[in-house]
Amino acid sequence: MKIEMKNIAKSFGDNQVLKNVSFTIESGKVHSLMGENGAGKSTMMNILTGLLSYDDGHILIDGKETKFSSIKESEQTGITFIHQEMNNFADMSVLDNLFINKEIKKFGYILDNKKMESEAQHILNELDMHVNLYASINSLTVGQQQMLEIAKALMSNSKFIIMDEPTAALTKNEINKLFKIINKLKKNNIGIIYISHRMEELFEIADEVTIMRDGNTISHYLMENVSMSQIVHDMVGRDLGDFYPKRNPHLGDTVLKVDGLTGKKFSDITFEVKSGEILAFSGLMGSGRTEIMRAIFGIDPLTSGKIEINGEKATIKKPSDAINYHLGFLTEDRKTEGLILSDTVENNIILSSLDNLTKFGFLDKNVIDDFTNMLIKRLKIKTSSNNEFVGNLSGGNQQKVVLAKWIGSGSNILILDEPTRGVDVGAKRQIYDLMNELTDRGVAIIMISSDMDEVLGFSDRIAVIYEGKLQNIINNKDATQEKLMTLATGGTLNE
Amino acid sequence: MSKNKINLKELYEKLGPTLALIILVILVSILNFKFLDPLNLLNLLRQVSINALIAFGMQFVILTGGIDLSVGSILALSGAFTAQLVVMGVPTIIAFICGMLSGAIFGALNGVLITYGKAAPFIVTLATQTVFRGLTYVFTNGNPITGTKMNNNFGFQFFGQGYLFGIPFPVYVMIFFYILAYILLHRTSFGKKTYAIGGNEKAAFVAGIKNKKILIFIYTICGFLSAVAGMILTSRLGSAQPDAGVAYEMDAIAAVVLGGTSLAGGKGKLSGTLVGALIIGVLNNGMNLLGISSFYQQIVKGIVILIAVLLDRKSVNK
Repeated sequence: MKIEMKNIAKSFGDNQVLKNVSFTIESGKVHSLMGENGAGKSTMMNILTGLLSYDDGHILIDGKETKFSSIKESEQTGITFIHQEMNNFADMSVLDNLFINKEIKKFGYILDNKKMESEAQHILNELDMHVNLYASINSLTVGQQQMLEIAKALMSNSKFIIMDEPTAALTKNEINKLFKIINKLKKNNIGIIYISHRMEELFEIADEVTIMRDGNTISHYLMENVSMSQIVHDMVGRDLGDFYPKRNPHLGDTVLKVDGLTGKKFSDITFEVKSGEILAFSGLMGSGRTEIMRAIFGIDPLTSGKIEINGEKATIKKPSDAINYHLGFLTEDRKTEGLILSDTVENNIILSSLDNLTKFGFLDKNVIDDFTNMLIKRLKIKTSSNNEFVGNLSGGNQQKVVLAKWIGSGSNILILDEPTRGVDVGAKRQIYDLMNELTDRGVAIIMISSDMDEVLGFSDRIAVIYEGKLQNIINNKDATQEKLMTLATGGTLNE
Repeated sequence: MSKNKINLKELYEKLGPTLALIILVILVSILNFKFLDPLNLLNLLRQVSINALIAFGMQFVILTGGIDLSVGSILALSGAFTAQLVVMGVPTIIAFICGMLSGAIFGALNGVLITYGKAAPFIVTLATQTVFRGLTYVFTNGNPITGTKMNNNFGFQFFGQGYLFGIPFPVYVMIFFYILAYILLHRTSFGKKTYAIGGNEKAAFVAGIKNKKILIFIYTICGFLSAVAGMILTSRLGSAQPDAGVAYEMDAIAAVVLGGTSLAGGKGKLSGTLVGALIIGVLNNGMNLLGISSFYQQIVKGIVILIAVLLDRKSVNK
């Protein structure tokens, strides 16, 4: 079986996300899809699976023009999309999740647990996975949950499986296991579209690669004919050196120092940041990076440890305390914790500065307007007016609104959790420039990032977290992809 | 094209409730001329004032995505408490202040249970609704509180029955608290925080808003205003009834929703709620004038609320 996407184009309103995309996948092959965030990979896969419609182009299955109008239709044809965020029912059992909405029944209504059990067991054995069928999904590791998604795909007789960053949250062991299974699937003539940002993995598992950039498919190679640097070059359209602005830090005093921080998902974290510095936090997703920062900012509780700000002991119990110490926190998920999507640009920007914008407790309209206009201009936020709803802005502009909120509240220590995730290339560059400008003025920045290129390309020092522990902090100029990856997967550097 | 659509939608959102009120008034006036009699209109406004006061407080609560089912019981309990103080010979002003403060305390209790108890507002206030009602029965022994000290007390009677420049005094009370609530909601940072919590509670917390403090204060406001409504009702009836205010939460919630406030929180205006309260007032008054049986009145009111909610859903989905 063979699926061809030919010259697909797609716009959301005025925003053309796919310009000209072509892609071919055959049974029994692992075809990797590479590209930066925002390059259009997910949109393309959502079109293939029928979640989104397309404006132009053709999709051919074994040479026959096909148009799926829903995910259900593509699933019936045998295409399964395993998303990064898995669609589990977390409190229900493994068995329930495997058979949700396709339960096997006796007499038309009564669930046939025996039959479902034996079928599930059969599939799980094939995947070499050993879990209690009646355990709740909550109790499984992320890796096991991923396997379960693959099991679901096999149960529905998938011919093609799309995996979106399947290894992002997996340990080294789990990754090896996943690769074994992918090889097995290949042998069973199943085709796999593999989306990942991890270069090494491609060379280990993929047969061919298609590279996307800014809504176009740039190039297609067989893995044996391509080098890592060629892929990177195609992805960013220029060499990495030009993509990230130069760092020219003037370090000042230590502004934030934490000592032995311990919480639910991390322990004994000690580090410091100086004024004017960008300290990057690297590590796999789920390693505890975000949790450390949430605890410092007072969102989650700490069990022990000391926080010093400007040389003095700081007590932070809730975010408002942290803000009093001039901390700012751009959260990982701007939609759930960063923004009020149903509210205006202005109301979002002023949210952390409300008490400074009042006269005797009353809001001062003029002061608020000036404040908002100044920040919109400074951050080059593209919005039709101050009263535009934030939900109507693009990802990059939404991110800038969150940044504006924290810059406006006078943060000296900014924690940025995945500041450029889901942001297009142009806005990305603007965010980097802004970070440079901030550190030039003495702001200290802690940047959490899963994008290894970003960590290497735009930071002064890099802290690597593995399973809740700080592995090491290395200077940017000594760091390489290999070193970071080794540390992030629990290894040590032997020098 | 799309710009036009948005403007139309905004226009509807802005004027929808007002338009509905105007149509309703015209309809009722045509069906019965007595409706436009100044005496009837003044009486209508006096009836509306009680529901409107409760609805103003409810507006704050609903804007945060919460709900307060205990308002009717708070009304009864603080009303009974005030009446008892008056009967005991406590100066009227002091009795009123104590009564209103008691309402504020009951409201604050709701707020503390919801924030520190981390419990759903619906369940907490459903429980306190029963508890406060029970306390009212205990406090009054199940009998109305009344007496000559109340009936011969000018200040006490004036609050609910009096006229100033030909307009019932409760209407002034309603306007006074409308202005106060309006300033609080639309002109202070507290108001912005109220909307922020309803729009996205987590984001508000991360932005440094002290959610718990704000929420407790909001439920306190709601309790306080219910107590003020309780004073008016007690004064108008000349006695505190143990079953006063039963199901008043429904009219208050209906007023807020009819006025265009989203039950999901974060969206809505106080002016809408005032219009909503007037719609319900005109409906009640109009149907009485038209001699519609109270059984049918309930059905009509329910249908009107349903229509309002369905319209709201449509504009949310859009």
